[in-house]
Amino acid sequence: MNPLQTLLARKKKNLLSLFFTAGFPYLESAEDIIAAAEEAGVDFLEVGMPYSDPLADGPVIQQSSTKAIANGMTIPLLFEQMAKIRGKYEIPLLLMGYLNPVLQYGTEKFFEKAAENGASGIILPDLPMDEYQEEYEQLFQKYNLSMIFLVTPQTSDERIKKIDSLSNAFIYVVSSAATTGKQQDFGQAQQDYFKRLQAMNLKSPMIAGFGIHNHQTLQQAWEGLNGAICGSAFLKKLEQNPTPKDAMAMLMKDLGLQ
Amino acid sequence: MTHLNPKALPNERGYYGPFGGAYIPEMLYPNVEELKTNYIPILESEKFQKDFHKLLKDYVGRPTPLYLAGNLSEMVGAKIYLKREDLCHTGAHKLNNVVGQALMAKHLGKKRIIAETGAGQHGVASATVCALLRLPCTVFMGSKDMARQKPNVMRMRMLGAEVIPVESGSKSLKDATNEAIRYWINNPSETHYIIGSTIGPHPYPDLVARLQSVISDEIAEQLQRQEGIDAPTHVVACAGGGSNAAGAFFRFIGNGKTILVGAEAAGEGVDSGLTAATIAKGTPGIIHGCKTLLMQTLDGQVEEAHSISAGLDYPGIGPMHAWLAKENLAQFVPVTDKEAMEGVKTLTRAEGIIPALETAHAITALFKINLKKEDIVVVNLSGRGDKDLDTYQEYFKNEEAQLNAV
Repeated sequence: MNPLQTLLARKKKNLLSLFFTAGFPYLESAEDIIAAAEEAGVDFLEVGMPYSDPLADGPVIQQSSTKAIANGMTIPLLFEQMAKIRGKYEIPLLLMGYLNPVLQYGTEKFFEKAAENGASGIILPDLPMDEYQEEYEQLFQKYNLSMIFLVTPQTSDERIKKIDSLSNAFIYVVSSAATTGKQQDFGQAQQDYFKRLQAMNLKSPMIAGFGIHNHQTLQQAWEGLNGAICGSAFLKKLEQNPTPKDAMAMLMKDLGLQ
Repeated sequence: MTHLNPKALPNERGYYGPFGGAYIPEMLYPNVEELKTNYIPILESEKFQKDFHKLLKDYVGRPTPLYLAGNLSEMVGAKIYLKREDLCHTGAHKLNNVVGQALMAKHLGKKRIIAETGAGQHGVASATVCALLRLPCTVFMGSKDMARQKPNVMRMRMLGAEVIPVESGSKSLKDATNEAIRYWINNPSETHYIIGSTIGPHPYPDLVARLQSVISDEIAEQLQRQEGIDAPTHVVACAGGGSNAAGAFFRFIGNGKTILVGAEAAGEGVDSGLTAATIAKGTPGIIHGCKTLLMQTLDGQVEEAHSISAGLDYPGIGPMHAWLAKENLAQFVPVTDKEAMEGVKTLTRAEGIIPALETAHAITALFKINLKKEDIVVVNLSGRGDKDLDTYQEYFKNEEAQLNAV
């Protein structure tokens, strides 16, 4: 089992994960963010690999990517930063990004380096499922990495079941049909959607992302599913506060956890 | 029924050789899947064919003439025909695709149309057909392009479309496309996204190519009548995303007798760092949901393209063209901004036709390829130059000023 799988075997409820863009707000931010998150008791982290054209993301993540690229963040540099802190922190790390930079880096080399530098899994939102099965699944297995798939309110039950069968960590539940950072509060539609997912009795834990930004949304995700991922709201705090530690404190306050 | 050249079609997963596919996040999957499941049955239905061809004839103004350009032929030293897509309603080939996709949106029960636009031609075409079919229309356009294509912005607004300025990234076609896709993600079920070129996730490249293939169907018919042949020796078309080239090539792809020539925008020069010549400078990767050639950094970040022509200012190219280039089924000729301006002058003075800046790249390409006297060449005159008059005035004013200074 990789560290993420170990965590998910141990903790089934109230999981909290944060997303941040590597290289944002400053080039060497990753270690400071990882340290602050571990100290604050965050369960696992998604490390965003910045991309020039992040189709699934709203303006906040998009701007953080533009800034990170301008700061000089690249996949090789991210791996270097991860190598330096390897073993220093226990919090599981996932890499999240778009397929093109991975292809240019070299697919197998990417998986090898990701595993070597301590990643537990990878989220590639634009990797098609059939291509995953034909070309990528074996790489994930070979390097003991988990692939995280997304489902949305529009995803059919049949497809959700297939995603469940292909998953070996958790399912990333996109809270509504939207790009990141677009949602206000969760209404009846989200709660019904969470209930529909619960009723499917899937083997994989389900963690909600997109729109988690305050106490109410966090609680709803925790009540309806197994956990929550907070991205845009965290990036805003990182931008507004002098250090990741301060940003973390402000976010925890907003989420009602401090 | 439209003639379908099987050599111009991708496989069932949308691949032309190694290029194409649908690299999209889950949020877009239901939309794209719905289109993928339905586009061929709709396109092949009798009702669609009837409605489509009626609008092409009575509204778009098809068939467009195939005009033997005598003066230009003399200058080039071969027989040059111009396929007059510039005479389509709204001034470019773009309307063929939009009429087809808007009808398809109606078949699918969609209530709203969104579109991206570079030069504004696709935006105007979308706004036009939406006015006709009473569909609300939102067009995403880079703020840089809005500044250089003002008349088209005005047209779209007059036609009742909402034009949304895109300030992210390059502020041109690439980011307008990103924003249109994001809007689609946020408004999935009732919206149809009319992509303006042979780009994007499968089935878009195939859908757009099929709808534009009316161009080469007509060329074949007209050549039969006018020259007694079923295919020209050459077809020349400009290629940004590649829809007019796809339409003009479609029927002749892989026929073993027609040389297909795409004119790419080289900007300041292929090796200047300020170029949009994707076939010349691009490497395989993913842009806007399909695998194709694109201009990118070694880290896989999409680079900004440069071309004086907003319609060709795109860092990728349709997967069909990437494949045609790879298989040597078409050749691609880079044409610089400056050379394209010469093409504008040449056609304007020789034939009394002011071409669009995009189209001028194809005119210039005529002088860059090997042609013999007995060749019969069709240039796809994809659009007219009204929208570019400001750019022309500015450019030629500077040129005159330079001449006067010597």
